[in-house]
Amino acid sequence: MALNRAPRSEEPVIRVRGLRNTFGEAVIHDDLDLDVRPGEILGVVGGSGTGKSVLMRSIIGLQPPAAGSIEVFGENTIGREETEAVDIRKRWGILFQGGALFSTLTVSENVQVPLKEFYPGLDEQLLQEIAGYKVVMSGLAPDAGPKYPAELSGGMKKRAGLARALALDPELLFLDEPTAGLDPIGAAAFDELTASLQKTLGLTVFLITHDLDTLYAICDRVAVLADQRVIAVGTIPELLALDHPWIQEYFNGPRGRNAVKAADPPRMPGRTRKRGS
Amino acid sequence: MMSAHADFSRADTGGTLSFTGDLSLARIGDLPARLAAVSDDVKTLDLSQIDRIDTVGAWVIHRFARDHGATVEGLGEDAQYLFDQVAAAEQPVALRDPPQDPFQRVVGEVGDAVVQAGHTLYGLLGFLGATIIAFANVALHPRRFRFNATVHRFEVVGVSALGIIGLMSFLIGIVIAQQGAVQLRQFGAEIFTINLVGRITLRELGVLMTAIMVAGRSGSAFAAQIGTMKLTEEIDAMRTIGVSPIEALVLPRTISVVLMMPLLGFYSSLVGIIGGCLLCWVALDIPPITFVQKIREVVPLTDLWVGLIKAPVFGAIIAIAGCYQGMLVENDAEQVGHRTTTAVVQAIFLVIVVDAFFAVFFEQIGWL
Repeated sequence: MALNRAPRSEEPVIRVRGLRNTFGEAVIHDDLDLDVRPGEILGVVGGSGTGKSVLMRSIIGLQPPAAGSIEVFGENTIGREETEAVDIRKRWGILFQGGALFSTLTVSENVQVPLKEFYPGLDEQLLQEIAGYKVVMSGLAPDAGPKYPAELSGGMKKRAGLARALALDPELLFLDEPTAGLDPIGAAAFDELTASLQKTLGLTVFLITHDLDTLYAICDRVAVLADQRVIAVGTIPELLALDHPWIQEYFNGPRGRNAVKAADPPRMPGRTRKRGS
Repeated sequence: MMSAHADFSRADTGGTLSFTGDLSLARIGDLPARLAAVSDDVKTLDLSQIDRIDTVGAWVIHRFARDHGATVEGLGEDAQYLFDQVAAAEQPVALRDPPQDPFQRVVGEVGDAVVQAGHTLYGLLGFLGATIIAFANVALHPRRFRFNATVHRFEVVGVSALGIIGLMSFLIGIVIAQQGAVQLRQFGAEIFTINLVGRITLRELGVLMTAIMVAGRSGSAFAAQIGTMKLTEEIDAMRTIGVSPIEALVLPRTISVVLMMPLLGFYSSLVGIIGGCLLCWVALDIPPITFVQKIREVVPLTDLWVGLIKAPVFGAIIAIAGCYQGMLVENDAEQVGHRTTTAVVQAIFLVIVVDAFFAVFFEQIGWL
């Protein structure tokens, strides 16, 4: 049934063309193209310093590129003020690496910030209930609600950040290394959570990660960043067929092989998720 | 594509509410309020006609169904999954902890502050002790003394501060002379302006203003540097490879401030006197040569000693307070700022308290 499935038009949610980013002399991206399709979980991988986070920051308009065009939901995001492009901002949620929680607000209040900002008409009772179930859905214990970010562990901060990113029921979710620094059990639970949210909300997910298990477990396609560009986008079997040294090393190195074993059989494109239900 | 607002209607036959439109945060409008107005018996909620549902819509429906004991029907597979997830997430989550009774809170905070102040003083004394022990250790094993680090601090604490301390002292010398001259003129005693400037800058103001400036420049920097190192676990790393952070970080800083303070204090007094001299020349027609002669007559050498004895003590207070607060930083970047502020406030406060004790002491031993 079509309910909650993103419209099947193949218009990409994110369209990046000819992106060029430089820091002084250093060129991070040059002529980078990338499409993110509606309803998919796109994993973005690449060695340290290949500009994965910079790519995300460019897409969400925090890093003005030297050249190129970026469209999210068909709208340009380059050079927009914080108060502009509100329609896009209502439709995306972003989880930064460290959670980026507002330190003077409790977890529940953090979740309420985007709700209050974009929907000032919501009544207090409903706001509080929404914050409540978002906190629990993100995998936090209910007693985490009144805690301040300083009182949380790293993993809890990420979950609280996710709760805030999901506050507006976004269509597009950016995750910057969501499982980095989590223990394997916590990381697996976070993968599960991401997949389950993707299923319930019909999300498109842009996921930066180093975690091979995450790639095998939940990503529909993987984009590989190297040589200042996206050198390949595809399912893992498709990438494995390519003859690029970094890709081969990445997926066929000892860690890559272990992740394959653990995820046997790897996800196939279009396979319906049946987890957690 | 804009979908229709969320809406519901009621079949005449009673117990069923049929929902239509987009049950999502953006389109839900006043649906929650209108649902709240439905008071009589509802048995079934029919969701088969809706276009879309998100967690907010699911929550509103779930809440209504729960309160009325109604059942929810007509959801597709995915939507039902979402609905179940939201319903399963229902648990009481507080926004923040309930506020305390104001009276209790104020009393509690005052008590906390007193206990905290006691702890801080105790900790500061302990830290001073640890620094002295480290000093003794280094004196016994001079090869462990970090000569380069200390000399580097001389520059940062001392030489770099010359400009700002000089300017400040010069201006203060002028202000004191000018204010003194205005008052003393009423008795025809302008000449005593020289006594005023000479004695007050050497005894009190030179060293005190220098201490305040050094606390602001260097004490705060010590707290921020050591606090940041604490945060990035550099201090822990040092300990594990057998380097005492007190010897490596605190001692060079403390020694450099203790040695630089008398020099800076003397310099400050001197520049202050020059400022006063200039004003006397311009405003009171006292030529510099007379000013210097008079200064030598009226300012006893003990005034210089008073300043020079106080200065290293003030320096030790500033360095210890800064380093101690830096060492107290834990977990959280916000604490670095907080501790830095505390270090400066504490240093200036303690310097002024100790200065008061010195004033009484020097008076008692007859250095008037």
